[in-house]
Amino acid sequence: MSPLLSVRDLHVRFPIIRAGDMPWTKPRILHAVNGVDFELEAGQTLGVVGESGCGKSTLARGLIQMVPATGQVMWRGETDLLSLSPRQMKPYRSEIQMVFQDPLASLNPRMTLGQIIAEPLSTHRPDIPAKERRQRVAGMMERVGLLPQMINRYPHEFSGGQCQRIGIARALIVEPKLLICDEPVSALDVSIQAQVIELLKELQRDLGLAMIFIAHDLSVVKNISDEVMVLYLGRIMEKAPKARLYDDPQHPYTQALLSAVPIPDPVAERAKRIVPMTGDMPSPMNPPSGCVFRGRCPRAQDDCARTVPQPEGDAHRVACLHPGPLSAAEMA
Amino acid sequence: MSLLQIDNLSVTFDGEDGPVHAVNDLSLAIDRGETLGIVGESGSGKSQTAFSIMGLLAPNGRTDGSVRFDGQELLGAKPKDLNKIRAKRIAMIFQDPMTSLNPYMRISNQMTEVLTLHQGLSKKEALAESVRMLDAVKIPAAKERVNLFPHEFSGGMRQRVMIAMSLLCQPDLLIADEPTTALDVTVQAQIMDLLGDLQRDFGMATILITHDLGVVAGFCERVLVMYGGRVMEEGPTEPLFAEPTHPYTRGLLAAVPRVDDVDAAMKAIPGNPPNMAAPPEGCPFRPRCGFAGEDCRVMPPLSPFAQGRARACHRPIAEVTA
Repeated sequence: MSPLLSVRDLHVRFPIIRAGDMPWTKPRILHAVNGVDFELEAGQTLGVVGESGCGKSTLARGLIQMVPATGQVMWRGETDLLSLSPRQMKPYRSEIQMVFQDPLASLNPRMTLGQIIAEPLSTHRPDIPAKERRQRVAGMMERVGLLPQMINRYPHEFSGGQCQRIGIARALIVEPKLLICDEPVSALDVSIQAQVIELLKELQRDLGLAMIFIAHDLSVVKNISDEVMVLYLGRIMEKAPKARLYDDPQHPYTQALLSAVPIPDPVAERAKRIVPMTGDMPSPMNPPSGCVFRGRCPRAQDDCARTVPQPEGDAHRVACLHPGPLSAAEMA
Repeated sequence: MSLLQIDNLSVTFDGEDGPVHAVNDLSLAIDRGETLGIVGESGSGKSQTAFSIMGLLAPNGRTDGSVRFDGQELLGAKPKDLNKIRAKRIAMIFQDPMTSLNPYMRISNQMTEVLTLHQGLSKKEALAESVRMLDAVKIPAAKERVNLFPHEFSGGMRQRVMIAMSLLCQPDLLIADEPTTALDVTVQAQIMDLLGDLQRDFGMATILITHDLGVVAGFCERVLVMYGGRVMEEGPTEPLFAEPTHPYTRGLLAAVPRVDDVDAAMKAIPGNPPNMAAPPEGCPFRPRCGFAGEDCRVMPPLSPFAQGRARACHRPIAEVTA
């Protein structure tokens, strides 16, 4: 059976027109997502991690044509979502829903909680009578932990965690098969983050949802994902089942990223070694030749400048010419 | 004598719907060269504590209690007297380096201004000193880049500029308010590493305000845990993380996933943070606490129970940690 989602060679390019450019000047191209491919089975969670600017949000938006993308996004092995017109895309939009980072900004301040949650239902399923719609909204509110008496309140009356519950209810009311969560907990307080993650995991179990979970927090991604994909400058650096990626990272970038995560334990935190990584991420307008990470890589060699490494391997894919754990000398 | 001694500090804001008590009855002391972490979630009062030390509260904010720096009372001090201490002896780094640097001024002008004003250096000496300090925070090609504007730097480099600027007068106390929250983990690791090196080299006392328990674990000798404007628990970093004794501290540590843990388990604290305009009676954590009883309607005092450690909870330690 074909997977729920199968992505081949996905590219997202933005033309950049600078102030002072003439109308005939050829715009420069910002290549935000560069040849990403992956598959996602029903009920599974794919975590996408990387630093800001690595293209993780753009990747998610490219999948559902929120930004123009090229390549192939096969849904259930039948339909290439990127080949569809907006009108043809509409039925698939209820199958793929999204939860956004800023819980308050993604809710319309002039709509009540009940209206917000009901809106996708009246758009996608206008055949459902109003009475049943109200029942479904009430049922969904209970599922995500919102009290029935809150139905006529406005978003500003809720805390960040409650707003994110509203966002989740709005996404799930049309019974999607895939939920894309773009940094759903990074704006929340620590004690509330855990509540929302627990809710997402519970809903996933009960509804058999597939999830793409985008976050910069590697610990949260470890908690929720089955597989994890590491992006850097729009390219896949490494992708593996969770346990493999966290216990046995092969790409120097993954190792650097993992070593930088602070551990809330003074003994472990002070004993750990951080992979030295110099400088900042290069501009995606002007990426380095060969491996995009080579400028910051402790293991970069001459051939890294010439060859673009492709993600190789089966379950555990690594895009590096010289993969493997870093030695003590390389860590110094 | 401690370098900074805060006694019974309260911060109140006059809001439209009555007063908001952002900080209640906070006492702390920090010695020369010491590193103290203040941990808390949003609304816990950690930043307002820092702002009241620096005299930077919003106009509707009122303070009570006492904040003495090197013996001198800072609360209610005249701006003229505060200005002799601010930047020169107490410096502060803020969360967002883009909004705390002046976008219209070159880095060189922003940095030399501090030195010509506080140290009376000439323009030329000040510029040389600024470049030296940018070198110290490891900004490559500091000599050329000192002439750039803030927007020409990346987020991490901007925070380095902020740190360089705060260290120009070699302050005795550095207050860092969420210095790495806006940065990526890899850049965060670089900045915390840099702050640690500078702290050792310059020997300044540092107050690190953050919500990130991992950052505190790596940097601070002593930790203060705040919730709802009050101190819940305080103590040396290692025993506090190893054996937290307050239900909130325990809940917070269980809620944070660890990347070195097999499934990075996280256990939520039920409920929502208190609304500071209408806080719960007594202990602010009472509505979310699994150990709460009727007696928690009276705020328990922060009582010492071991060397350097104190907790504000009515329940005995054995009951909470069982």
